[in-house]
Amino acid sequence: MAELENINPNVYKKCEDRKLTKDDEDEDVVDPFDEREIFDLIRNINDPEHPLTLEELHVLEQSLITVDNEKNSVSILFTPTIPHCSMATLIGLSIRVKLLRALPPRFKVSVEINPGTHASEHSVNKQLTDKERVAAALENTHLMEVINQCIGTPLK
Amino acid sequence: MPLMTVENQSEKEKMKLLQTLTGHLGRVWSASWHPSGTIFASCGEDKTIHVWMKNDADRWIAETVLTKGHTRTIRDVAWSCCGHYLASASFDTTVAVWDKKSGEFECNATLEGHDNEVKSVTWSRSGGMLATCSRDKSVWIWEVHSAPDQEDEYECVAVLNGHTQDVKKVCWHPHEDILASASYDNTIRMYRQDAADNEWEMLEPMESHSSTVWSISFDATGKRLASCSEDKTIKIWQQYGPDNTLGIPCPDKGTVWKCVCTLSGFHTRSVYDIDWCKRTGLLATACGDDMVRIFREAADSDPNEPTFELLETVMAHYQDANKVAWHPVIPGMLLTASDDGKIKLWQYEDEA
Repeated sequence: MAELENINPNVYKKCEDRKLTKDDEDEDVVDPFDEREIFDLIRNINDPEHPLTLEELHVLEQSLITVDNEKNSVSILFTPTIPHCSMATLIGLSIRVKLLRALPPRFKVSVEINPGTHASEHSVNKQLTDKERVAAALENTHLMEVINQCIGTPLK
Repeated sequence: MPLMTVENQSEKEKMKLLQTLTGHLGRVWSASWHPSGTIFASCGEDKTIHVWMKNDADRWIAETVLTKGHTRTIRDVAWSCCGHYLASASFDTTVAVWDKKSGEFECNATLEGHDNEVKSVTWSRSGGMLATCSRDKSVWIWEVHSAPDQEDEYECVAVLNGHTQDVKKVCWHPHEDILASASYDNTIRMYRQDAADNEWEMLEPMESHSSTVWSISFDATGKRLASCSEDKTIKIWQQYGPDNTLGIPCPDKGTVWKCVCTLSGFHTRSVYDIDWCKRTGLLATACGDDMVRIFREAADSDPNEPTFELLETVMAHYQDANKVAWHPVIPGMLLTASDDGKIKLWQYEDEA
């Protein structure tokens, strides 16, 4: 791989697995999507340049996820490791693709940069919000290979 | 309890669902009525064009499915005003022109030149010209040369590089050879031919939206334009000539377009399409909140500061609504298309 942009990122501890409750095993209990469930879907996405997950790099945090199950909305703020990270769009796109595949289509997913943490925050957000450009990107086989690597099996 | 609510039963009945059409796999991006209103074409991410007609039981069916024109998503389709040609714009960077000269729909011309995804295609009123726009930031104007018993030829007569970003939509004026385009750079631009040298020139950019302008539509007079945007608003633009009574200065280009009305607070997400009915004057919008809304200019509206009222909001689809198209002949008949893969036909009945 070419030179790493952020040579020595801070690495954080992973959170503990979600504890199963009795209700989780009861088929009759309606189990709406919550922040923890969304976090679990995306926290093991790999960083494009480090053998670490987005959770370990604090790119994703549960506290920056908002879910309104009734209104079908999921909103995610992610924090690039450095303010000039050129991978920001790719990371955002990986989060989008993962949720596109995992969530029922009723959900409107918004993926944006945590305000104030990236130099080109506005333009990255605009690209990630533009569903037509996202659709075109997803037809790019090279890009999809990279994204699939990011959202594939987590590295142990 | 508010006096006016979308849950109100009597309001709901104003928008009657005529038929739900399935057939596309995945998102339906666009659709276009044949000028006769007896046929329409639709397209989407499944790379097909469906041509719909009514069967004997008065139901719309996909009479033909065109699968061989494009290798990627088909973003837009448009019938020529004469009704003989159908053009399709694709992410594969090409525009295909289809006709039925052989008895079956066939792609008899492929327009190449854009460097990136083609987002929209439109035919001039006369049918002599075609315009396309692309992710490559340019708008192209093509002249159609056709002669009996000869193959049609398409000549690119202008490449217009006014926009600084992805161009989302092109739309011809209803009577004149004036073209409008809308872009990711938040602006709308108009183009016309200079009478002296026939060169295509750009008018001043129309700036007011604060995010991507997804679509535009002229009214029947061509003196007004409606635009819709990622910024969740609709704007109405009015053309002013040198003789205008308001004293609005007109530059050397002759006319100037001013934003005279902004409809904000009605849409909760991006507004992906707008269509201004040439017969009824009704405005329809397609929104990322799955809703289709209908607006009308208020009876006591001041032409220089018009007011529009929301007549109807209908939960039209289960996912984003991408397209709205008024029927060219039947007043109040509306087509909508969505990410949910469905096309719906509606009849709007005014209370009057």
